Amino acid sequence: MTDTVSTDDLTPPKYDKLRRAFFRFRQSKLSLLGGVLVGLVLFFTAFGTVLTPYPDHVSGGVDTANRFIAPSWAYPFGTNELGQDVLSLVMAGTTVSVLAGFGVVLIGSVIGTVVGAVAGFAGGWVDEVLMRLTDLTLTIPGLILAMAIAAALGPGFGNMVIAISLSWWPGYARLVRGEVLAAREEVYVTAARAIGATPQRILFRHILPNTVSPIIVKMSLDMGFAILTVAGLGFIGIGVRPPTPEWGTLLSISRSYMPDYWWTAMAPGMAMFVAVFGFNLLGDGLRDVLDPKARR
Amino acid sequence: MLQFILRRLLMLIPVIIGLTIIMFAIARILPGDPVGLAAGPNATQEEIAALAAEYGLDQPIWVQYWTYVTGLLHGDLGTSLLTRRPVASDIAAYLPATLELVLAAMALAIVIGIPLGLATAVWRNKWPDYLSQIGAIGAISMPRFFLGLLLQLCFAMWLMWLPLGGRLPIIVIPPPSITGFLTIDSLLAGDWSAFTMALRHLALPAIAMSLSPLATIMRMMRSSTIEVMQQDYVMTARALGLAPRLIITKYVARNAISATLTVIGLYFGWLLGGTVLVETVFDWPGLGLYATKAIVSQDMMPVIGVALVIGLLFVIANLIIDVLYGVINPKVRYS
Repeated sequence: MTDTVSTDDLTPPKYDKLRRAFFRFRQSKLSLLGGVLVGLVLFFTAFGTVLTPYPDHVSGGVDTANRFIAPSWAYPFGTNELGQDVLSLVMAGTTVSVLAGFGVVLIGSVIGTVVGAVAGFAGGWVDEVLMRLTDLTLTIPGLILAMAIAAALGPGFGNMVIAISLSWWPGYARLVRGEVLAAREEVYVTAARAIGATPQRILFRHILPNTVSPIIVKMSLDMGFAILTVAGLGFIGIGVRPPTPEWGTLLSISRSYMPDYWWTAMAPGMAMFVAVFGFNLLGDGLRDVLDPKARR
Repeated sequence: MLQFILRRLLMLIPVIIGLTIIMFAIARILPGDPVGLAAGPNATQEEIAALAAEYGLDQPIWVQYWTYVTGLLHGDLGTSLLTRRPVASDIAAYLPATLELVLAAMALAIVIGIPLGLATAVWRNKWPDYLSQIGAIGAISMPRFFLGLLLQLCFAMWLMWLPLGGRLPIIVIPPPSITGFLTIDSLLAGDWSAFTMALRHLALPAIAMSLSPLATIMRMMRSSTIEVMQQDYVMTARALGLAPRLIITKYVARNAISATLTVIGLYFGWLLGGTVLVETVFDWPGLGLYATKAIVSQDMMPVIGVALVIGLLFVIANLIIDVLYGVINPKVRYS
């Protein structure tokens, strides 16, 4: 439909649309800044662990002779209570935070899309049951739900991602249901039905591809918030365990060394802020491009 | 309207049933050994079994659920494995602290956010508008616990203007509890020094909590104001030569606020569940801190209780917002 950026071969009109979308995106300086910040974050996600100045500190190595060194040329963000370079830990932590955030958004959106699509397409009691379940999950405070599941599952990267995802899907379910309900009345669905397409085919080959843009917009807007939630769990002490470097955990450890060794908190905190800021700016820009109706 | 409120209150019953089923499923189906944790590392097998029997944890899950629900009818939320105290009385003790914090943060966010949103809409596409838009995204992106930590570092540790955490210093005798809100109770008791003390303790956590709702309310208010300003009646008012200030305050603001109300209602529930991190930073003795301690030791009864209470408050807050809609905008019909 009108706003779909298709990955099919680029026939001229579609190519035009893509170029126009890119133009609109470039018009906004804030979205560009967001793109640059996200690019930086993704770069560190891929290469952060390799590029660290003190790789052995990341894998748990300690250097007790150099504890609590203030920021300097050798240690731009200082060293922590174990003499580890804070910059190295934060750079390596990018991978954990961004991958976890992405995992949460991906799993959450897949569950939510399936629930919402089935509810909207089937209608009747299926719709009623699924949406009541969605509303219920929305009333449970997300962070507490995620904390409870994570604590019950035990520590670890995968468990943490699963726990947060299980509190993440209702928003997508509501969004997709609305989109499917609207798309169900479109002429192309009637046409598909008329030539004898099965309901599954209509849902997965015709309706869902046309609801992709709002889902992508929501995913990009959610990325920053998912990273924040991951860091929040780490801050409380549920989730990834040291020595795996994780921003929230690093920040929580640094609390014990305030105010004298304040620099141990700055790098992880600022890294979180920059990553989330970048994703939020980019998400805003993507929404303006892919889903102009929602523009504010 | 009374009928509308009653019907919405009746809808709380399925919410309670659903919430307890979901939380029970999490508490009992997922792996974890809460009894072993509560009994301590040196407990023998018999002691663990005795503890499980004492709390009914050896029963099948549906029996446990039935016991819980029948207890719920008497206001009994079960017993904490860890503190061995009834959850209901624990929650009654911690809830006012959280409510005070959330309401203070919401008040800050509304009092600053709504005028700011109006102002940026009026100054649309000028530099204060751009600046506030960047600021708003920045505010939403700021992790609340990092902001709290920075505020603590700056105002409590370096400048030493404000206290580090808690609700009141231990040496201060708290005012007699009437509402449970220390600020209001101390005012009611006429205890001025306790009031300023409570307010100073409240300041930093409330600011840390309020930043992101403030930004959201501001953005929402800005966009709905822009929408309202394009309406015909605003143009008519302008054509009639009414003072711009009068048009904004009397006609535009009132209509723009009703859209913002929904956001405020949603945010209230979200903040209630999101106090966990700020309460941890400021050692604020509220529900979040209580739930965290319980979760870490897999003590599930308090967690179910807290989720239940916050879920109910969330539904009630949205009911209040729906009623307020009608007060602000008489066009709204209750159905």
